[in-house]
Amino acid sequence: MIEEKLPPRARLLPLAVLLLALLLWTTLALLRVFPESAFPSPLAVARGFIEEVRAGRLLDDLVASLFRVTTGFALAVGLGLPLGLILGGRARARAAFLPAVNFFRNLSPLAWIPFAILWFGIGDLPAIFLIFMAAFFPIVLATIAAVANVPAVYFRVARNYGYSGARLLTQVTLPAIAPQVITALRVTAGLAWVVVVAAEMIAGRDGLGFAVWDARNGLRMDLLVSGMIVIGLIGVLIDRILLRLTHIKSVRWGYER
Amino acid sequence: MKDKPLRLENVSRAFGAVEVLRALSLEVERGEFVAVVGPSGCGKTTLLNLFSGFDKPTAGRVVSAGRVRMVYQQDGLFPWSTVSENILMGLSEVKDERERARQLEEMLALIKLKGFEQHYPHQLSGGMRQRVELARALAGETDTLLLDEPFSSLDYLTRLRLRRELVRMLRERPRTVVLVTHDIEEAAQLADRVVVLSERPATIRSELRLELERPRDLTHPEVVNAVHRILTELGLERDTENVLMQV
Repeated sequence: MIEEKLPPRARLLPLAVLLLALLLWTTLALLRVFPESAFPSPLAVARGFIEEVRAGRLLDDLVASLFRVTTGFALAVGLGLPLGLILGGRARARAAFLPAVNFFRNLSPLAWIPFAILWFGIGDLPAIFLIFMAAFFPIVLATIAAVANVPAVYFRVARNYGYSGARLLTQVTLPAIAPQVITALRVTAGLAWVVVVAAEMIAGRDGLGFAVWDARNGLRMDLLVSGMIVIGLIGVLIDRILLRLTHIKSVRWGYER
Repeated sequence: MKDKPLRLENVSRAFGAVEVLRALSLEVERGEFVAVVGPSGCGKTTLLNLFSGFDKPTAGRVVSAGRVRMVYQQDGLFPWSTVSENILMGLSEVKDERERARQLEEMLALIKLKGFEQHYPHQLSGGMRQRVELARALAGETDTLLLDEPFSSLDYLTRLRLRRELVRMLRERPRTVVLVTHDIEEAAQLADRVVVLSERPATIRSELRLELERPRDLTHPEVVNAVHRILTELGLERDTENVLMQV
């Protein structure tokens, strides 16, 4: 990919867009295009944000949401990756399971909400379950595809140089699929973050999703918007953290050629 | 040396109804450089896979003793490993760490890639990558190199250069070599013996011995003559031997 080299000053461009958006928002609020109760001003949102931080609620909600996402996502990776490896390497097993995995991959995890509440009640467990359902199948599929796409020559070379068993797995198969799997992790983590908010709205008593829902019920649109902003920013932050994985030297080959 | 034979005895190989090799016998001497040429799809690579043990014959016997290593056309290096790590794969049987580091240095010097130890394959040119491949295969105690069109993905000049490099490396580290190629010049410049295969099902059509010392100039009359004879065997040039005689 050929990218135009931008001057360092170009880093300020997103900031300019942000300022422009704020200006537009303020103008709309001042002009009372919508009633104040349905369209909080930036100032009101900032006040609401500070109020939530001071009360400690924001931090509690943030921790609750992050805990659920991390746990659900870790479970999905911990089980999905090995399953993908197993299925990816065996044509018969792959043929047997692929349609089912594909089915669940295309089933919105939110459809599980009623069962999540019936089986796990309210709190951490239903959210973790929903995040797992959202992340597990895409990870399995991506791993299967990655394993199936490893050029056969790597395995021949590995055999030629005496690799087998655990050494073959850790020094050939895993590094060979790493770039594709990392890309899948980024996409799936984004999905998990979207799902936790939805899950908490319905099956939570805390968490950022619940906070947003609670603000709506209390007609506190300022808190709702402040919650929305935090949710969006954390989502970006999660992706940024996972993006770091693509900077690991031994996976660069997957993104540079 | 005699106790590490490398030969095919009446070997046939069929993939389903497609017969690729038919009753082919080929004995490779220790330290000999044999080039195998033939029409595309005639089973050259199958022949290497039989030598390396990746493939089994449907009939006949493959005798292959000692350590055999294969070098591929391209992308045989592990892209997630550095130049050093790739070459070290060939040195895994060297247990002493200091000795292994010394041999790695030696290989890097041999392929003239000192300073590139920490580079990854995708950061190298095609020619540099193939040199690393050769170093990996030559490292340690290897008996036989199987080269599967090792230079065919390179541009013409790099190919000529790497032929010379290969000759130089083999002088430092003598090995038995079986080279499969569709590059007739390459075969004529490098091999002690050129084996010409027939169309599928492949049998040996003819053999050609070259006594000329290496490195051989591409335009040396003996090389040119060998190219002509191989092309004639493949039905790609008219037999002008008599004409040459008259001149």
